[in-house]
Amino acid sequence: MRDSPADTAARIDVAALRGDFPILSRRVHGVPLVYLDSAATSQKPVAVLDAMDAYYHETNANVHRGVYELAAEATERYEAGRHAVADLVGAPHACTILTKNASEAINLVAWAWGLRNLAAGDEVLITAMEHHSNIVPWQIVAGMTGAVVRFCPVTPEGELDLDAMRSLIGPRTRMVGVVHASNVLGTINPVEEVAALAHRAGALCLVDASQSVPHMPVDFASLGCDFMAFTGHKMLGPTGIGVLVGRPEILEAMDPFLGGGEMISNVTTEGSTWAELPWKFEAGTPPIAEAVGLGAAARYLAAIGMDAVRAHERAMAAYMLDALGEVPGIVIHGPRDPDRRGAAVSFSLPDIHPHDIAQLVDRDGVCVRAGHHCAKPLMRVLGVGATARASAYLYNTPDEIDHLVRALASARAALA
Amino acid sequence: MGGLDDLYQEIILDHYRKRRGHGTLEDPSVAVDQNNPLCGDEIHLELKIEDGVVTAVRHSGDGCSISQASASMMSQAVEGKSLAEALALIEHFRLMMHGTEPGDEDRLGDAIALEGVAKYPVRVKCALLGWMAAKDAILTFEGGGQATMSQET
Repeated sequence: MRDSPADTAARIDVAALRGDFPILSRRVHGVPLVYLDSAATSQKPVAVLDAMDAYYHETNANVHRGVYELAAEATERYEAGRHAVADLVGAPHACTILTKNASEAINLVAWAWGLRNLAAGDEVLITAMEHHSNIVPWQIVAGMTGAVVRFCPVTPEGELDLDAMRSLIGPRTRMVGVVHASNVLGTINPVEEVAALAHRAGALCLVDASQSVPHMPVDFASLGCDFMAFTGHKMLGPTGIGVLVGRPEILEAMDPFLGGGEMISNVTTEGSTWAELPWKFEAGTPPIAEAVGLGAAARYLAAIGMDAVRAHERAMAAYMLDALGEVPGIVIHGPRDPDRRGAAVSFSLPDIHPHDIAQLVDRDGVCVRAGHHCAKPLMRVLGVGATARASAYLYNTPDEIDHLVRALASARAALA
Repeated sequence: MGGLDDLYQEIILDHYRKRRGHGTLEDPSVAVDQNNPLCGDEIHLELKIEDGVVTAVRHSGDGCSISQASASMMSQAVEGKSLAEALALIEHFRLMMHGTEPGDEDRLGDAIALEGVAKYPVRVKCALLGWMAAKDAILTFEGGGQATMSQET
């Protein structure tokens, strides 16, 4: 996806866009905020906040059941939120299930698909660069079914070892789980190829798209996978709302995950029958305002265009790799080619621990993350206990990266 | 340091740059491993215990300045104490870090400097790591075990 002159026309006007995010003009410790932790959670544009506020101010009512006008409006806004996010990723509306977050979405598959479809000795193949949300649910369900979880290795450059993956996928493989874009390495994985490999072996494929849907064009059908999970709060939406997209025939065949109100068709003392998709998988009163916020976020991103978002981030990634690359002694983890990665950049410095980096650059207003980033197996591959990570999104600028580099120098001087 | 004076005091940085008690023992009485799940600090702690007294403390592992400095200070404070005195001292330190008790400089030595860390809740676990490992080691020794792998409490 190399930048071409045509792409320049689609470039976003970051300076103007930042005005949509009031929090970006606040100060911390008396200095301007430099927010470089969008991989942890993104900031929200006024459009999202206003949409949620308007819902509560104007049309708050429980959804799907009420007969009165207020309830009809609430339902319409809730479903419109679902439709907007489904449209963003090219998914059928009925196959777009709203959950609490990506972790719940993956747990839904592990429990509602895994418990019925995994037998002793079956294999779930995931990768060494997965977020814990795409590791632990499989470990739990494997423990209950006798299935085995295996890990595809990562190369020293921070990419998936596809040769190893080919030999790890075998007749016992039932599910292949893969992260689309790594929250630590930034690596964008060839998930289309992974899905094809999985299908050739008769296995299903689940893609963790938490760090890809917010940052680049993602089309569910084109990925070719069976399930795709992502979360609202990393894509300018509120916390408390996530998405699972699944292929209709698979979702139809699955048992529900959570039982309760809304997801039923009929309930008797002898048993119950299920609602149609997607509601079969949405038990209880949903996070209505959050779904409304997610819809506003999806529309905000669609208006900018995900190609433009990706172009900005590719440029930011290139700038970050360049600028951070100049820092003496720094080790940058993940691919150095900005075409192969997003703008989440993890790094280590020999003379200062990530925790101290994060603490010290904070006094210069800079927000970066320190720790294992919910990817402890990957930390072990990298041979570190923790890294620092700076991640850029559509509202970040090269100036902010310069600021980070200056703050790193101050931090090192302080501890020297 | 401006604003982070409580966290990165000279004495803490001194212990970070030159960690007392760093290393391993040839023949430890007990060894434990602990980690801080939030941030990746890891500690391997060994104690030599003779006639109910902690005669040597050695710590190794990887961690932030606070965890390393604290382990260094802990090794100085705990060495030479009886097991009961050591446990009482560790409990006092823990209560100080949680703001329940003011620190007693006579008992804690350089570790009194960590009282300032209590203002930074996220870093409290860093400061506690070495001390909780020491408590774990002593309890393990008393329970008859040699080595253990446990979570920081």
